[in-house]
Amino acid sequence: MSAPVNAIAGAATERVLMLGLGGEYLAIDAAIVREIMDPAPVTTVPGARSFVSGVINVRGEIVPLADLRVRLGMPATEHGPDTRFVVIEVEAGDEPEPILVTVVADKVHEVCDLDCPPASTVPRIGMAWPPELIRGVALWKDDFVILPNLPALLGLN
Amino acid sequence: MSGIDPAATFRQEAAELLDQFEQALLDLGSNSSDRELIDSAFRAMHTIKGSGAMFGFTEVAAFTHDFETAFDRLRKTGAEAGERLISVALSAKDHIRALIEDPASTDPVFGEAILADLHELTGDGGVADSASASAPAEPSAPAQRRFTVKIRFAPDVIVNGTNPLALLDELRSLGDCTVRADLDRIPDLADLDPTQCHVGWTVDLAGAVTPAAIEDVFLFVRDEMDLEIEELAALPAPLPVETTPAPQVPTAAPAQTAPAPAAPGPADRSPVAAQPAKPAAKTEASSRGDERANATVRVQAERLDRLMDRVGELVIAQARLTQLSTLRRDPQIQAIAEEIERLAAGLRDSAMGMRMVPIGSLFGRFRRLVHDLSRDLGKPVQLVTSGEETELDKTVIERLADPLVHLIRNAIDHGIEMPGQRLEKGKSEAGTIRLDARHVGAEVHVTISDDGRGVDLARVRAKGEEQGLVPAGATPSESEILQLMFHPGFSTAREVSALSGRGVGMDVVKQTIEGLRGKIDVTNRPGNGASFTLRLPLTLAIIEGLLVRVADSRYIIPLSTVEECVELSEADEQRSSSRSFLNIRGELVPFVRLRELFGTDPAREPHPKVVIVSNGDSRVGFVVDQIIGNHHAVIKSLSRMHRDVQSFSGVTILGDGLPALIIDAARLVRGDIARPRRDKEAA
Repeated sequence: MSAPVNAIAGAATERVLMLGLGGEYLAIDAAIVREIMDPAPVTTVPGARSFVSGVINVRGEIVPLADLRVRLGMPATEHGPDTRFVVIEVEAGDEPEPILVTVVADKVHEVCDLDCPPASTVPRIGMAWPPELIRGVALWKDDFVILPNLPALLGLN
Repeated sequence: MSGIDPAATFRQEAAELLDQFEQALLDLGSNSSDRELIDSAFRAMHTIKGSGAMFGFTEVAAFTHDFETAFDRLRKTGAEAGERLISVALSAKDHIRALIEDPASTDPVFGEAILADLHELTGDGGVADSASASAPAEPSAPAQRRFTVKIRFAPDVIVNGTNPLALLDELRSLGDCTVRADLDRIPDLADLDPTQCHVGWTVDLAGAVTPAAIEDVFLFVRDEMDLEIEELAALPAPLPVETTPAPQVPTAAPAQTAPAPAAPGPADRSPVAAQPAKPAAKTEASSRGDERANATVRVQAERLDRLMDRVGELVIAQARLTQLSTLRRDPQIQAIAEEIERLAAGLRDSAMGMRMVPIGSLFGRFRRLVHDLSRDLGKPVQLVTSGEETELDKTVIERLADPLVHLIRNAIDHGIEMPGQRLEKGKSEAGTIRLDARHVGAEVHVTISDDGRGVDLARVRAKGEEQGLVPAGATPSESEILQLMFHPGFSTAREVSALSGRGVGMDVVKQTIEGLRGKIDVTNRPGNGASFTLRLPLTLAIIEGLLVRVADSRYIIPLSTVEECVELSEADEQRSSSRSFLNIRGELVPFVRLRELFGTDPAREPHPKVVIVSNGDSRVGFVVDQIIGNHHAVIKSLSRMHRDVQSFSGVTILGDGLPALIIDAARLVRGDIARPRRDKEAA
C-alpha cells in the first residue's frame, strides 16, 4: 500500500478502490466494495433506465448492473480484457439495508489510501460532471481522481 | 450462538404469550363458561410470571403473581367470566405489556387499581375464603389432608431450565413438608452426568391442599415427569394421576426392567435401570397435549433468507448436473442427477413453506382493536373474518398490519353509524366489519368491508376542491374521487378525534401497499358501506412459469395466468400490421408483440407463438419467438434501482445461472403498459 502521495490541507485519509472509467479515475470507498468479478452474462431489463439496463446473478442474488459511463454521457466501449464488475453496497438514505449494485469498470487499479479534501473544495468550473454527482476531487499519482457521490450517481436519492 | 440477549428473548416470548392471553380473554367474552379458555389464559400468565422472574423483570413477576392469584380463584371457583372481569383482565394485560416494554413510564398506581378491581370482582364471585390469596382453597376442601408425593423428573430437566429445588420450595409453601431424596438411581461416579437430575424425591405433605394444587406446582414439567400423589388419610387407594409407576422402590423395579440384562440388585444403581422410566414418560408425553405436535422454533427471518439463497444456488447447480448427465449419457450419473433433482425440489418447497404464514395470525390481532374501538365510541361492532388459512409471506403479513389497522379504524370511526342512526335506517344495531383473504390467481386479495354509511363522495370532492386537489370545474369520476382519500394530508373528518381524522393514515396505507407492489381497490355503496380490497402479489413464492424466448432473452410467464398457446398464423401476421387481434374460437383477443413491447430488435422470426394470458375477464396474447417449457421459478424481487420498471413482477435464476425476468402478466393484461403503445398505433 503506497503512502499518501499528495497531502492537502484539511484532508481526511480514506482507503479507496481506484477504478478506471472512460479515461477518468474514480475512487470508491473500499469498505463498501463486496466483490470484484469478471464480467458475467447480463440479462437486459426492458423499460429500465439506460444506465441500469440489466441485472446479473451474483452468487444467487439478483444485482442491477450500472454503467456509469452511460450515466455520465461517456462513450460506452466494448468489454476489454481489463473490464471488471465491481459489486458495491450503497447506503441510500431511506433504505434500512444497503443496496447492492454492480458497476462496470474499464480497469481496476488498486486499493490505496487517498487524502480526500473536504467537499467544499470541489471546483465549480472546469468539471465535465454535474457537481451534485461529485463528493470531491483528489490527487493520485499526479492525476485527478473523482470521488463520486454514489447515491446521487445511481439515482438512489 | 453468542450475543443472544435473554431479556430480548423474554420480551418476544412475553409478547406472544400476552397475545395468547388476550385471544383467550376475547374468546371468553363470547363463551364465558369455557374452562379450557380460562385455563389457557391462566397458563399464559403463569409462564410470564415464571420467565419474568427468571430474567429479572421483577415488577412484571410481582404484578403477574398478584393478578394470577386473583385469576386463579376465578378458575377454581368456576365463576363465569363476566364482561367487567374481561375488561379488567385486558387492562391488566396492557399493564403487563407496559411493564415489560417501558417500565419507567408505568406507575404502580395503575397496577394497584387493576388489582383492586379484580379483587372486588372475584370477591363477588362466590369464594368463601377470599381473604387468603396465597393459599387458594376449593370451597369443598376439608381443612387438613395428608399426601405422599413421589417426584421423579426427567433426567434432562435441569438442561431444560427448570430448577427442581424451586419447585420443592413451592411445594413447601402449600403446607408442612418432609422431603426425602430418593438416591437409588444415582449412577456410579464414572457414569455420572452432572447436567442430569438423578435424584427423585418423596414428600410428605400435610395442609389444606388438594391433589390439583399439588399438580399445579409441576404444571410446566408435568408432561415429562413421573408424579404420584397418594393421599394418606384415605388409605392406600392412591390417586393414580399417572399410570406409569415410577420404580421408586428397588424391589418394584425388576418387574419393569425385566428385559434389562442386569441383575435386579446392582441394576438399580446402574444407568440402565433409569431407562425404563424414560420411554414410558415419552409415550405418555406423546399421548398427551397436542401442544407438542405444534411445537415451533423461532428462527430469524434473515436466516431463512440465507437458506433460500443457498437452496436457490443448489437448484441451479443441480440443473447443471442434470444437463451434464444428459450429455454424458451415463445412466448411473443420470440416476444420481435425478435423485438430486428430486431432493433439491423438495428442499426448495420446504424452505419456501417456512416463510409462509396463514394470515389468520394477523386477523387475530384486530379483535382487540375492534373490541376497544367499539367500546370507546359506543358503537357495537362485530368483526367477521374469513380466509384465515390463506398463506402469505411473513414479511408481507407484518407489513400489512399497520395499513389494516388504519382501514379498520376508519371504518369504525367514519363508516359505522351510531346505533340510533342504524336503527333508523333499518339496519341492525351492531355494525359489522368483515375481513376476508383469498387467493385470486397470482395475487392475494385482502378485503376490509363495513356496512356503515359508505363514503360521502360529495364531501370528499368538496374537500378535494378546497385543498386544490381537484381543479375547479373538473368532473372527476367516482373512482378518481375515491382515490383522493389516499392523498397525503387529506381528511374529511370535521373534528380530529383520538382515532382518526388527522389525515395521516390513508396515504401511509397506500404507500405501504405499493411498497409491496400491491394495489388498493375501493368499492363504495353509499348508505351501505364501503370495502377496500388490498391486492397483493405473492412477492416471495415459488411459481410455476412458462419459459419463453423473445429475441435473445428468456422470460417467465406465470403459468397461473396462461390460458393456452397458439401459433400465430401467416394470415394473422400479415394482417397484424393494421389490426392486432386474433380470432380465438370466435372471440377477438388483442395481442402484443413482446419484441416490440420490450424494444428489442423488431425483426420477426418464422413461426412465432402466441401465449394467451388472462386476468379476470380480459385476455391478451403475447407474441413470443419460442416456447421453451415449464419452469419452477423462485421469485426474487427486482432491486430498488429497477422499481420504476412496470412490466415485470420479479426475477428468477435459470438453470444456467442467468437471471430471467418474470412478466407481470396481470398488469400487462390490465393494459397499464400495453395501452400507451396501442394508443400510439391508433393515433
